[in-house]
Amino acid sequence: MDKPTRNLPQPTPETQHFWDGTQAEQLLLQRCTKCTHTYFPPRPFCPSCSSRSVEVYAASGRATLASYVINQRPHPAFDGPYAIALVDLEEGPRMMTNIVECEQTPEALQLDMPLEVRFEQVSEDIKLPLFAPTRVAPAGDASVGETK
Amino acid sequence: MTGVVVVGAAETTELGKIPHLSQQQLHADAALNAMADAGLTAKDIDGIATAGERPTDLAYYLGITPTWVDGTSVGGCSFMLHVRHAVAAIASGQCTTVLITHGESGRSGVGRSGYPRAPASLAGQFEVPFGPMGPPTMFTLPVLRYMKDYGMTHEQLAMVAVVQREWASMNPRASFQDEISVADVLNSKMIAYPFHLLECCLVTDGGGALILTKADRAADFPQPPVHILGTGESVETPMISQMDDLTSSRAFKVAGSFAMHDAGITHADVDHLMVYDAFAHLPIYGLEDLGFCKKGEAADFIWEQNTAPGGSLPMNTNGGGLSYMHSGMYGMYALQESVRQIRGNAPAQVKDANVSLCLGVGGMFGASGCIVFGKESK
Repeated sequence: MDKPTRNLPQPTPETQHFWDGTQAEQLLLQRCTKCTHTYFPPRPFCPSCSSRSVEVYAASGRATLASYVINQRPHPAFDGPYAIALVDLEEGPRMMTNIVECEQTPEALQLDMPLEVRFEQVSEDIKLPLFAPTRVAPAGDASVGETK
Repeated sequence: MTGVVVVGAAETTELGKIPHLSQQQLHADAALNAMADAGLTAKDIDGIATAGERPTDLAYYLGITPTWVDGTSVGGCSFMLHVRHAVAAIASGQCTTVLITHGESGRSGVGRSGYPRAPASLAGQFEVPFGPMGPPTMFTLPVLRYMKDYGMTHEQLAMVAVVQREWASMNPRASFQDEISVADVLNSKMIAYPFHLLECCLVTDGGGALILTKADRAADFPQPPVHILGTGESVETPMISQMDDLTSSRAFKVAGSFAMHDAGITHADVDHLMVYDAFAHLPIYGLEDLGFCKKGEAADFIWEQNTAPGGSLPMNTNGGGLSYMHSGMYGMYALQESVRQIRGNAPAQVKDANVSLCLGVGGMFGASGCIVFGKESK
């Protein structure tokens, strides 16, 4: 478990499904059934066409690194400088996150590098979606790290 | 042209470190200075707008009985929006004389309210848990994307701060006046890679106020009128992670193009430019989103000294948020510098400044307001 000093999200009725999803280690997105727009963060209507007819689905968990900063100032929940990152999900939406299983340096953090989701338990009720560099696929296993 | 003019403009008597005044008194100090500048008292004011403090508090504190009130609060460009709303209110007869105030105890924190991001807000749920620590770690987030997509170098980003310090060296009220080099910027403390200390704004105390009225009353006031030629405003998102495009501000584009169209001007008409610079990349985004530079060319434009003293497009001539002052909601100081340049009494006065465009940002690319000022009514 992470140190208890992260500021924790407080789910609302409109976002509860997302946080229930991360607890079950699924990254849930929403998609409009009228115009097919996929969006994030959650809300019970489509921000593109205003339809209330939307559905929840599980994202692939694959993303690329869109941008980041490496914060040098001490934060109680992090050891040393840490990256605050923006990742572009394969399904389209962008989200803020942290990059794990990776040195927090400009050399290690290359824009557009492929990433995959991890879930980190930060409190009894909350797992945060974090991202790690995609593992190199072992020989014969095409399902890991595959790209379209 | 809007038919509305600025007849009073002033900053707080002191700028920088003012621990002996509360935030509310910073508003009042600026307001009293602006009233003196216009030869008015509170009894002559019938409209009030402010952000950071409630307009009710300020109207009561100053002794104003308004027929028009605006508490629009969208961050540091709120005052641009107040100017825009005041123009409409004066033009429609809801009031005649509007006071817009700003005061912020950004450094000393005397009587200052914070900017909490509630844990149930979207930002509280989907940004705060990942460890951002205020603007230096959020406003800066899109820049590596811009650098990769358009080939901007660390040196070019640093040059923004160098040029603005050049302007600040001519301004006795600027917080930092000693000229700096690109190497100085790149050798300053790393705050949040790729941003060094000298690429981040100051944190200071201060305030400013404007008084607006109808252009046909301009002759009744001691100062030469500064005409408001056009205005624009927009908002985009409360979350930096959700910008449409990490290399461009939608709110800049909407507010800027509306204001220029409203004023009936082209880029060639603009003699003087203010682009709110909380961090070094903002002038680059601003120059491109306003259309002064093509996409990806603003860093070269600044590198080639076009916005520096003697350049073709003088920008941020007070030294900007990077060197002049930055209390937190800097927009008021950008407006003040535009007014000084049009009046012709700026410390680093631009020759023949007839049209000044002033672009503000609110939140972190969350909002924008744009005002075009002119010496003539056009």
